Amino acid sequence: MKRVVVALIPYLWLLGLFLVPFAIVLKISLSDVAMARPPYLPQFSWNEGIGAFLSQLDFENFTFLTTDDLYWKAYLSSLKIAATSTLLTLLIGYPIAYAMARTPEQWRATLMMLVILPFWTSFLIRVYSWMGILSQEGYLNQLLLGLGVISEPLILLNTKIAVYIGIVYTYIPFMILPIYAALHRLDNSLIEAAEDLGCSRAKAFWLVTVPLSRNGIVAGCFLVFIPTLGEFVIPSLLGGSGTLMIGKVLWEEFFNNRDWPVASAVAVVLVLILIIPIVLFQQNQQKQQEAES
Amino acid sequence: MLQTVFAPWDDPTAKPLIRFSNVTKQFGDFTAVRNLTLDIYEHEFFALLGPSGCGKTTMMRMLAGFEDPSSGQIELAGQDIVPVPPNKRAVNMMFQSYALFPHLNVWDNIAFGLRRAAMPKDALRARVEEMLKLTRLERFARRKPHQISGGQRQRVALARSLAKAPRLLLLDEPMGALDKKLRQDTQFELMDIQEKTGTTFVIVTHDQEEAMTVASRVAVMDEGELIQVATPSAIYEAPNCVYVADFIGDVNIIEGAVHPCGPTCYKLHWAEGFAPLVASSEQPFATAQKVFLAIRPEKMHISAEPPAGAENTIQGRVHDIAYLGNISTYHVEVAGGRILKAQAANTRRIENRGFTWDDQVWLSWAANAGVLLEA
Repeated sequence: MKRVVVALIPYLWLLGLFLVPFAIVLKISLSDVAMARPPYLPQFSWNEGIGAFLSQLDFENFTFLTTDDLYWKAYLSSLKIAATSTLLTLLIGYPIAYAMARTPEQWRATLMMLVILPFWTSFLIRVYSWMGILSQEGYLNQLLLGLGVISEPLILLNTKIAVYIGIVYTYIPFMILPIYAALHRLDNSLIEAAEDLGCSRAKAFWLVTVPLSRNGIVAGCFLVFIPTLGEFVIPSLLGGSGTLMIGKVLWEEFFNNRDWPVASAVAVVLVLILIIPIVLFQQNQQKQQEAES
Repeated sequence: MLQTVFAPWDDPTAKPLIRFSNVTKQFGDFTAVRNLTLDIYEHEFFALLGPSGCGKTTMMRMLAGFEDPSSGQIELAGQDIVPVPPNKRAVNMMFQSYALFPHLNVWDNIAFGLRRAAMPKDALRARVEEMLKLTRLERFARRKPHQISGGQRQRVALARSLAKAPRLLLLDEPMGALDKKLRQDTQFELMDIQEKTGTTFVIVTHDQEEAMTVASRVAVMDEGELIQVATPSAIYEAPNCVYVADFIGDVNIIEGAVHPCGPTCYKLHWAEGFAPLVASSEQPFATAQKVFLAIRPEKMHISAEPPAGAENTIQGRVHDIAYLGNISTYHVEVAGGRILKAQAANTRRIENRGFTWDDQVWLSWAANAGVLLEA
């Protein structure tokens, strides 16, 4: 009996904090926009009964998403930005994690601390400070102008580059930590064995180090990709009007257009898109746990 | 018919496969290997034996190419191999942890080195199958390393390191992770495989029994230096110093001053008021020189009655008995509270033993049973 209760807790958690809110959002997405409070119809009332209520719901908003190309372009652009920044984060994060795993034991705790340190400051403040760094009169341009590297200030803020910088900066700890965890466990004698059997250093890296850190790479990529796909703060603060991301579209639907049903439809589709990588991520974690036991 | 004994180290014309010349290796201000010179011959099963930190693993890692000597030269078949990186040496190593690639199955682990050598597919398959057969692993070819037992993993590591048919195979504590029974079986298996393949083996171990069992020659090391390099029987019967005598097996050390009593005969005065002991030695000693007589427990005869015609006899009292089943070790207290150990085979049932705790016994041995060593 006790065991059943314990096993139920995560499901109740999931039900209360994910499935119920999701059902509400789904319901709103099937409603129609209205000048009301809340701004959509139908509202459920016990007098009319469930059948009448359900009969008023329709997929109109989802059909609408397909008619305006803004939406699928925003989804596609978000996917592209998320994929590109995941790749960039991997390319920058892997060498950092590798270097951390290879530093002498006594320095590792300090390096780990440095990776986690940014979390001590609010995410929003850190993104704002990037505006100060990247703006035309910002620190970066001042530095480069001062060094004589450039003669005209670079336009960075409100471009895609700024969005990539912001995303990579924000999410890189999520890439570094799982890769570091995988590399840190790697037995150095495996590399020596590969060299002993005829591998050059580079070849040993590709044939042994990379495959053995695969689980870390996969975990890191999902941890970056999933939140980046729906990212709203970074593109709206650092990106210009040219940066189309679904998180921004969603926000505008909710707060500028006050069209909750369409905004909910956008959110539902986003969740459906994210379910695939989340399921894959779970499978990866499970496989890793099985391999370790 | 004259049987040729395998002893290239006694043949002055034999060319060594490996030659260490004045090799020193320093890590910071710690000297791991000190000005060491050593020849190892083809087809040898050579054991580097010593306590941890004696430099034996450093020697092996220098042969594999993972460490460069600070000074001196290492030759393999006449060629200086110090500048050659590990992946270009005809030397393979079996790691203490086995270092099997966890993401590859047994088959692919064994094929790993062959693939790097760009071996044709058919030849590669044949070679891997041959290795699987040699190490009796055919049934486990498709398993991952974590799906097989420790003993099987050890054989995979051996097969992988032998697959490229190296000139020299290095084995770093190859049986360290196996339990005692499996270790003994594996030792014989290893000797069989060494004989079948004709590869030169260099094994690093801290287990003297293992070194004695498998090796054609044993090098006893301590603090980065070679103390003695000889066949197992020579190391055991004729250790060149107290350290070796003590490190290999059990030994009684009796201290005293020698007086010559013939060309190879010495009398050892070991305790006031007791008859001197007679010992033969090829090595000359000066009169009244302080020496140690090292004598193995099994070469000491223990009896309840004074033995007739023995060259050396000491009377004592049984202080302790260690019963090991097939043999017993008797700790006998003799003059001055000294404890000497004598071993006897338990040829009779234990209840018929002639003496027990606190009984008076006589220890006796021949003049040539022990060795005299410089103090």
